[in-house]
Amino acid sequence: MSALADSLALNWRAARARAYVRVVGTLREPQGLVSDALFPNLGMCAFVLFYRAIGAPKSFEALAVIGGVLTTYWVNVLWGMGAQFYWEKQQGQLQLYFAAPCSRMAILTGMAIGGLAATIVRSVVGIAIGVFVFHVHVEAFSPWLLAVVFFTTMAALYALGMTLASLFLLYGREAWHTCNALIEPVYLLSGLYFPIRTLGVLGSFTAGVMPLTLGVDALRQVLLGPAARGLLPLRVEIAAMCAFTVLFLVLARVSLGHLENLAKREGRLTQRWQ
Amino acid sequence: MSTSTRTHAPAVETRDLRRVFKASRGSGEVVALAGIDLRIERGEIFGLLGPNGAGKTTAIKILNTLLFPSAGEARVAGFDVVRDAREVRRRIGLVSGGENSGYGLLTVRECLWMFSQFYGVPGSVAWPRIDRLTDVVEMREQAHTRVNRLSTGQRQRMNFARGFVSDPEILFLDEPTLGMDVNAARQLREYVLQWVRERDGRTVLLTTHYMAEADQLCDRIAIIDRGRVLACDTPATLRRSVQGGQHVELEVRPREAAATTLSRIGDVALAWGAPHPERGTLALKFRLPEDAVLGDVLRTLDERGLIVQGVSTRETSLEDAFIRIVGRGLDDAGEGR
Repeated sequence: MSALADSLALNWRAARARAYVRVVGTLREPQGLVSDALFPNLGMCAFVLFYRAIGAPKSFEALAVIGGVLTTYWVNVLWGMGAQFYWEKQQGQLQLYFAAPCSRMAILTGMAIGGLAATIVRSVVGIAIGVFVFHVHVEAFSPWLLAVVFFTTMAALYALGMTLASLFLLYGREAWHTCNALIEPVYLLSGLYFPIRTLGVLGSFTAGVMPLTLGVDALRQVLLGPAARGLLPLRVEIAAMCAFTVLFLVLARVSLGHLENLAKREGRLTQRWQ
Repeated sequence: MSTSTRTHAPAVETRDLRRVFKASRGSGEVVALAGIDLRIERGEIFGLLGPNGAGKTTAIKILNTLLFPSAGEARVAGFDVVRDAREVRRRIGLVSGGENSGYGLLTVRECLWMFSQFYGVPGSVAWPRIDRLTDVVEMREQAHTRVNRLSTGQRQRMNFARGFVSDPEILFLDEPTLGMDVNAARQLREYVLQWVRERDGRTVLLTTHYMAEADQLCDRIAIIDRGRVLACDTPATLRRSVQGGQHVELEVRPREAAATTLSRIGDVALAWGAPHPERGTLALKFRLPEDAVLGDVLRTLDERGLIVQGVSTRETSLEDAFIRIVGRGLDDAGEGR
């Protein structure tokens, strides 16, 4: 029992310390807010203005704002989680993580929690633009339901990021290109700026494999009700995201274990020149 | 048994430790460790000396659970590095010279705190220890400075302090003073000595390119080359293993060019050095056997047309022992990894 308590305390401290880096990093670079929080929301603004220009229903503007807000988290999952171990390796830090007694999952959890907290600032900017600049009207039918959907979406997304972190490390330098390659297709396939139903069969398929698609759709259903033109019943989407979370956490653990064994067997992956 | 502290076990013990890498190009293999047997007792400062590619870093990586051995066995603090990796990690610290650890936006204190947390050190223990360590590495004034604003030397010192934040039972120092200025390196060496002497059972395994550092710090030294331990003993015994006598270096001016072809005077073998860039004199080195008289050698040189303008002598050094045992100097490239 004492060993379990020691292990929990160790991993809690490791996760907290790694999260601290993320949060402090964001707070100490306020100038980064302009590039990280303002510029990514310009795409959202373009879609809102486009819907307004063609006289689309007001709910479409809200759809675009909600999608834009989630975009910031997806970018963070890709660059802040997926590519992170690759950067750590380049810095020479990865081998220190591997030599430390804490779990690598604790480090990844810290990265995820810190990244999530740091990204809230960026998403708030997007919400502010939607509400105060475009006067988009959203109505939280149930604040509790909104919280549940938001956190299950984040859990599924960041669990995916934890899996990507170890997989991207295997790709080495390709991690950069993989991140770039995943941005625009995912924007399209997850229906970030339009109703997912528009994609028809393809939309249903991507909803089945991408937590972002489900998260966007679920959040829209909570905030816009029937106007969201939801893809699947809300309960199904929440359950699916919970399942995604468990699946990706297991995958992350397995792939990290595989990665560590590979690193120890082949003598590479932890060093920047290999 | 797996989680208990095995205080009676040696700090490090390896038996026939082998590691083979696949060659990066083509087929074939590179033998980094060809069967190493080491036993490092608790409380020792143990040096691992070898030329580039001797297998030092590979050995340290295996002992730090970062590499699997290909064969043989390695135990740290009594725990097997493969089967009980987590138990090993709880008890060790690793500092590699030239590494670039830490996050630029954190301050020095925060960065050290972060690493202490990866070892589960409670804040009430970590913060006072961090303050003490920033004093040791003379970074009290930079304690609240961001890491990305530190000079290379300061970053090196912070990195050194990082190795001690978890107060490990066994500390691996892989070229820890690489690139440090002379004063900083001396201070850190003194701290290593103090740390080991003040804490019962604390052990250091050091690899270094600086012979004087190994000579000053280590209780015992293993000289390895091409993945094998060639010698393992105290620095004094290793020095004694080289034939006795004095090492003499002369600055000579030849009266005629033919004089510089002289290669031996009796039992004394002569080695010619490069010409002095300004004075045009030549360096002439030899080991004077205990039964030989320096005056006789100098007289013979004068007779052969060499004017002796300067004489310096020194005792046998660890470097002499190293060169005799390995057959080449520390910086000479070799095979292996």
